[in-house]
Amino acid sequence: MNQLSLLGLISLVVRRDLVLAMRRRADVLTTLIFFVMVVSLFPLGVGPEMEMLRKMAPGLVWVSALLASMLSLGRMFSADYLDGTLEQMMLAPQSLAIVVLSKVLAHWMVSGFPLVIIAPVLGMQFDMSAQALWVLMITLLLGTPILSVIGAAGAALTLGLRGGGALVSLLVLPLCIPVLIFGAGAVESVVSGINAGSNLALLGAILVMALAFMPWITAHALRISLE
Amino acid sequence: MSWAEFFAMNGYAWYVWGSYGMVLLVFLIEIVMVRHRRARILQQILLMRDEGGD
Amino acid sequence: MVPWFSWSAAIFFVAGLYLGFFVAPTDVQQGEAYRIMFIHVPASILSMFIYLVMAGYAALGLIFNTRLSSMMASALAPTGALLAFLSLWTGALWGKPMWGSWWVWDARLTSELILLFLYIGFIALHASIEDPRRADRASALLAIIGSVNVPIIYFSVQWWNTLHQGATIKFTGTSMHEVMQQGLLAMLLAVWLYAIAMTLIRVRSIILERESKTQWVAELMEVKR
Repeated sequence: MNQLSLLGLISLVVRRDLVLAMRRRADVLTTLIFFVMVVSLFPLGVGPEMEMLRKMAPGLVWVSALLASMLSLGRMFSADYLDGTLEQMMLAPQSLAIVVLSKVLAHWMVSGFPLVIIAPVLGMQFDMSAQALWVLMITLLLGTPILSVIGAAGAALTLGLRGGGALVSLLVLPLCIPVLIFGAGAVESVVSGINAGSNLALLGAILVMALAFMPWITAHALRISLE
Repeated sequence: MSWAEFFAMNGYAWYVWGSYGMVLLVFLIEIVMVRHRRARILQQILLMRDEGGD
Repeated sequence: MVPWFSWSAAIFFVAGLYLGFFVAPTDVQQGEAYRIMFIHVPASILSMFIYLVMAGYAALGLIFNTRLSSMMASALAPTGALLAFLSLWTGALWGKPMWGSWWVWDARLTSELILLFLYIGFIALHASIEDPRRADRASALLAIIGSVNVPIIYFSVQWWNTLHQGATIKFTGTSMHEVMQQGLLAMLLAVWLYAIAMTLIRVRSIILERESKTQWVAELMEVKR
């Protein structure tokens, strides 16, 4: 274990998490189905008028993706926490931040990436143009990892607490608002014909910063929760 | 300004007094809550002390 | 010490309200409703200021492991949250006569709403954790994350707002009448002193709650008896 290189550690943790996730496929699918359902609920709530839906579509899809991401956060650390693996990970000489980053990666591959793939299908329900769908995918591709990595800190802080999903969402959602604004904003600018570049650039910047800092903060949060 | 004018606030009475009224309410509630919390903990301590046996 | 703060607060409130209501002239553009400003602005400023102070105390508690710092953070939270709420409430009531709707999605009000959510999150997290030490440290981390995020959130909300061009809150034309400024300052001090007073009383309760099993607390009651 001590001879593990950085890449080796990451691939070890990611592979383990993916295997575990595959064993509980139902959990994985629920997030996806929730996403689809929520997106479909909005027209049922606000009416089928296409003109209005077309205008609302970017924000709508994005908010649904946000909520779906919140749903799956509890799973990130709880299984390992319950069976003691998390403590082992914390005692190991390897950097906890890297372990966290790997777990976030695995979590995103299972919960976030599927959203990116299915989003265009949902976008078509709102008569979004091909270009808009493309930008939608890109924003979600950039944004969902951010949601996962910020959510990781929330999940770490609330480890083992009652109140579950609601509490994590309450803590994490305000922090994700910039992601929502720039993500939906990018798609919306494409729809209205403006360049989406600045929104995407800001989204990318947030992604880089989040990946740089949040794993370290999450590691801290884990230590606080596990003492 | 006469008192009548003062209360009417030129037609904005609801807004102005609604604002300050809420402020007063919130402040009062906060003061009550803070004092209640203090009274409660003091009472608890007194109870503990008496049970501890003198 | 507390009575000093309470009485100063009361005096400044009286002074500020007197200036705000009786001495300051009616605003040309906004009529009498602008007088809401005298409580709305202090509430907003203080709610943001308190959040930073709270995060600062929380950080101190986290880094240096000083319990009192964490207790101060917990004591500040409710006052800050209530002020954020007041800022929103008075903002809405100011907005309705001015711009015709109860809520305007402008950058400042929206950021204030998010600030309220951050406060609630802090209080909720602290309340959900039984172990006081873990509660202090977890909510401290949350407060720090929050305060780093606030500039980012504010910037993104401003960005969002300028694209969806809505009403912008502007003050009374170019500069503020001097009496208005004085009234505003007095009210600002008043709310600040009030917040300090509330926080100090609250932290005393928190200290007693945490230390209730110790010798010095038992003896304190002795002295009171």
